[in-house]
Amino acid sequence: MLQDILVTGLVNGGVYALLAIGFSLIFGVARIVNIAHTAFYMLAAYCFYTLLTKTGLGFLLSGLIAVGGVTAFSVLCYRLVIEPVREHEAAVLIATIALALIFQELMLFTFGGHFLGIPSTLEGAVRFLGVSIPYQRLLILVVAGAMLAGVWFTLYRTRLGLAIRATANDLEVASLMGMNVNRVAMATVAISVSLAAVAGVVVAPVYVVDPFMWLAPLVTMLAIVVLGGLGSLKGSLIGALIIGYVEAITVFAVPAGAYLKGAVALLIMVIVLLVRPEGLFGVAFEEER
Amino acid sequence: MLRSLTAGLAAFAFAAVATSGAQAQTVKIAILGPMAFVQGENHWAGAEMARDEINKAGGINVGGKRMQVELIRADTNEIQSVPDATNAIERVITRDKADFLIGGFRSEAVLAMQEVAMDYKKIFLGAGAAHSKLGANVEANYDRYKYWFRVTPVKDVDLVRTLFAVLGTIGQQIRTELKTDTPKVAILAEKAVWTEALVGAAQKNLPALKMEVVGTWQPSATATDVTAELSAIDRAGAHIVFTMLSGPVGISVGRQMGERNMKAVAWGINVEGQKDEFWQAAAGKAQFVSTLDTYAEVEMTPKTIPFVRAFKDRFKKSPTYNAATYDAIMILRSAIEQAGTTNADKLVPVLEKIEHVGSGSVLTWDKRHDLVWAVGKTAGIAVQWQDGKKVPFWPPNVKGMQPFKMPAR
Repeated sequence: MLQDILVTGLVNGGVYALLAIGFSLIFGVARIVNIAHTAFYMLAAYCFYTLLTKTGLGFLLSGLIAVGGVTAFSVLCYRLVIEPVREHEAAVLIATIALALIFQELMLFTFGGHFLGIPSTLEGAVRFLGVSIPYQRLLILVVAGAMLAGVWFTLYRTRLGLAIRATANDLEVASLMGMNVNRVAMATVAISVSLAAVAGVVVAPVYVVDPFMWLAPLVTMLAIVVLGGLGSLKGSLIGALIIGYVEAITVFAVPAGAYLKGAVALLIMVIVLLVRPEGLFGVAFEEER
Repeated sequence: MLRSLTAGLAAFAFAAVATSGAQAQTVKIAILGPMAFVQGENHWAGAEMARDEINKAGGINVGGKRMQVELIRADTNEIQSVPDATNAIERVITRDKADFLIGGFRSEAVLAMQEVAMDYKKIFLGAGAAHSKLGANVEANYDRYKYWFRVTPVKDVDLVRTLFAVLGTIGQQIRTELKTDTPKVAILAEKAVWTEALVGAAQKNLPALKMEVVGTWQPSATATDVTAELSAIDRAGAHIVFTMLSGPVGISVGRQMGERNMKAVAWGINVEGQKDEFWQAAAGKAQFVSTLDTYAEVEMTPKTIPFVRAFKDRFKKSPTYNAATYDAIMILRSAIEQAGTTNADKLVPVLEKIEHVGSGSVLTWDKRHDLVWAVGKTAGIAVQWQDGKKVPFWPPNVKGMQPFKMPAR
């Protein structure tokens, strides 16, 4: 049973990590409470599904167009919906909730409430420690690692990353220093949503595509980002793995309570916050800032 | 001026009388279902077929007067919101003046809608919910709940009887092919009201069928990932995964079992598995997943094959059990023509005595207004996905059934 928990927790943690990185960037680093983040993930999944099954463009081209299209659309949404109310966090929160619900209803109207399946990019499975792991899930682990490295590089080794961190730290000072804070925020949204779109393209084949697929990951992502510490990419990764392992342990230890795995993960988050309100790696982030 | 005003008023009065006359010529039937979802689509499709068939034949004979069937499409949105469902049923009764109510899917929502329908003393023919309480209400308080009748499916306890009957057949095949005396069964049931009685019954009765229960796993009905559950089931060495799934988790189970190359075979209720779209939704991985179902091109009744073919021709897909709204309307027609009235109180005793040969079953009701369960009549059929096709395999004595297959070991 131990090897099952180890492998299942790692693989599921990888899926969560891929989803959490972009959310961590937008919510934790740029401090934009974009509740529509996972709705963009849903849009990318639908876009990928449509291109792949209706046009026969193939995995790579469909994936690239889906990621590019959704990212461009997110920039438009930012200019029209988020930027005008950026100063007011509550307004951003409400505006992005509305945006997510609009996307949901649009997908419901266009595709109906049907559950759609996307074929796996990589077929087959490998047995590791007696546990069967589909190649698609291994691909997710690899992509999650690559995305994490890419985001870290962008944030800490490029001028754009410096600008993103500076505006996140103090918007007014960054503006006084001559930075175009709106453009930086727009770039942050674009990077963040592109990560969500990549997740939609890579993760959706192991799940089911439907108009409500953005809700469950949103709650999990919030838990992971808060658990790991706002703005800490390392925290998001560790948080994702913790949630993945907690869920696996719940299912193996209490099979009849498998439906509680999400609640148990959130309970862990609450306990961590009570003991360490800044999250697991929040202090390091504050010091760094 | 006065003359034109008088003429206008006369025209208005004539139009009003003509309109009210036209309204009186129809029997208004509200079809209640989650219309953005497959369940609601089938509710509506089955009803449309019945309406067109009846109207083409001249309508319903109500005490010597021919009346056309008029359908009212009511989106209950019950999968997402129970209050939306009660609002919808209230609206069709009070605003649209529906004479009869047909449909419903989610037990929680139908229980709430049942209360509204009974408040207004409207006949409500259920075409989707399985919870026993719907029928138990009739027995407990007949005067209030007598207007409720369940057309499909059979109540949850009877679903268990069918499930066990098929499970016995599959278990025997496993005993023979795998040379094991006690097949191992993993119960995989979504956490929902309708599965409570089924899970309890399975845990209690499977040992009596000489089957070993290796565990019970209960994911959320909306879970999109069951890899941890399947990993545990795999480790437990289960031969059969006994499913009770109505939500999208049914697709995840089918797909992820295939991705993991599991040797266990899935049998039970998998509502998503009843749909034509299931194979595509599971990305072609749901080989050998089997489920209880209602319709296939087999001779369950003389009407089954013609109905299924007509449905496929018209809607380009197979019917799901919710399409039994067709039967509900046909039953209503029979009752109205026998009683010679649309009065609910006069129709109830007529409906109670009806035996109707329907599109997928032969229906009679017990004192709870639940269907009388019998193999070959109302117990339904079992189907298995084989190479992208839904293949019926039970009851074996019905013409058109094919062999049940298991993954190679």
